[in-house]
Amino acid sequence: MIQEIKKYAKPKSFPDSDTYKGISVEHVIRLSEQFEVPGKEIEIAALEAEIVPERYARNMKSYTLDDQVVLLKSTVSVVGLGGLGGGVTEILARSGVGTLLLMDGDSFEDHNLNRQFLSRQSLLLTSKAEAALQRVREINSSIAVRHFGTFLTKDNGADMIEGSDVAVDCLDSLHTRTILEKLTKSLNIPMVSAAVAGGSGHVTTIFPEDPGLKLIYGEQVDPSLKGAEASLGCLPQAVTLLSSLECSEVLKILLKKGNLARNKLIVVDLLDNTFDVLQLA
Amino acid sequence: MNASAKIQLKLYATLRKFLPDDCDELDIEPGSSVSDILKQLGIPDNEAKLIFIDGKKGAIDTILKGGERLGVFPPVGGG
Repeated sequence: MIQEIKKYAKPKSFPDSDTYKGISVEHVIRLSEQFEVPGKEIEIAALEAEIVPERYARNMKSYTLDDQVVLLKSTVSVVGLGGLGGGVTEILARSGVGTLLLMDGDSFEDHNLNRQFLSRQSLLLTSKAEAALQRVREINSSIAVRHFGTFLTKDNGADMIEGSDVAVDCLDSLHTRTILEKLTKSLNIPMVSAAVAGGSGHVTTIFPEDPGLKLIYGEQVDPSLKGAEASLGCLPQAVTLLSSLECSEVLKILLKKGNLARNKLIVVDLLDNTFDVLQLA
Repeated sequence: MNASAKIQLKLYATLRKFLPDDCDELDIEPGSSVSDILKQLGIPDNEAKLIFIDGKKGAIDTILKGGERLGVFPPVGGG
């Protein structure tokens, strides 16, 4: 396989004139069909031979070849495929996270169109999980996707998120977030959690041994408690920014690089342009 | 205890409507608790879920002496 990959590798240059060997999307797809393996396997083999899959070329000044291999070998579950989940799915797929587990039992409604990038007029009343699967296939056919058209519960959740390196909380209810947190703690999976109301929101990263959501929402979350979003809604510029911040945390966890918002809350308020990192514990 | 003191107040999301005009230099009685200040502004205790004082998590009964930055968040869960 590596001989075939090398045959297709072409000299390329970055915008700063540094040169590298690259392999095109078209050739990755061709080799994946020829060897009957997922595209990511071709890409991993290429990177290990210092050949850059062209689709990741603009990552490579920030990530090493090994970093990109780590991402391609990683599994992330995205729980909730609304505003946050749509943005997170998009960014992680383009980043080349090798396996995405996507879950949401909901279908698109008119009032999703203001912010949910996976929603389209033509997809109203259809499954969010199905739309996410199709979107990822269109963006990056190299990576593997498992999609679940069901809502996360304490009974079905472990089966869906097991094996993840990170779980991303993109849910829209306070109570379900606490269910996901319990599952991630019991399965020893780090979790990144964001929440939005109007033009403000917050993000945090929770490792299994961290106190986690109780520092934000208190010890007990009443299942009927509605957050401020019930009266403020969710603005697309806020929800998309928060989904970017979640991905930034996920990628740092996977690559073991940078500072994480563990026991910290990144708080954003777009109305008065404030961005604070607050100490939770 | 009689000298007045000032704090900087920031209220997020649904609590923003309670924000007084002088929020950057809000007069408080030194020794007031967060709860006292929220009461003065008409904010129900159960809506003030997350309290930050000078960038660190505080509590409803934390006592302020003046000069602090107080931030208050309601529960937020949208996505």
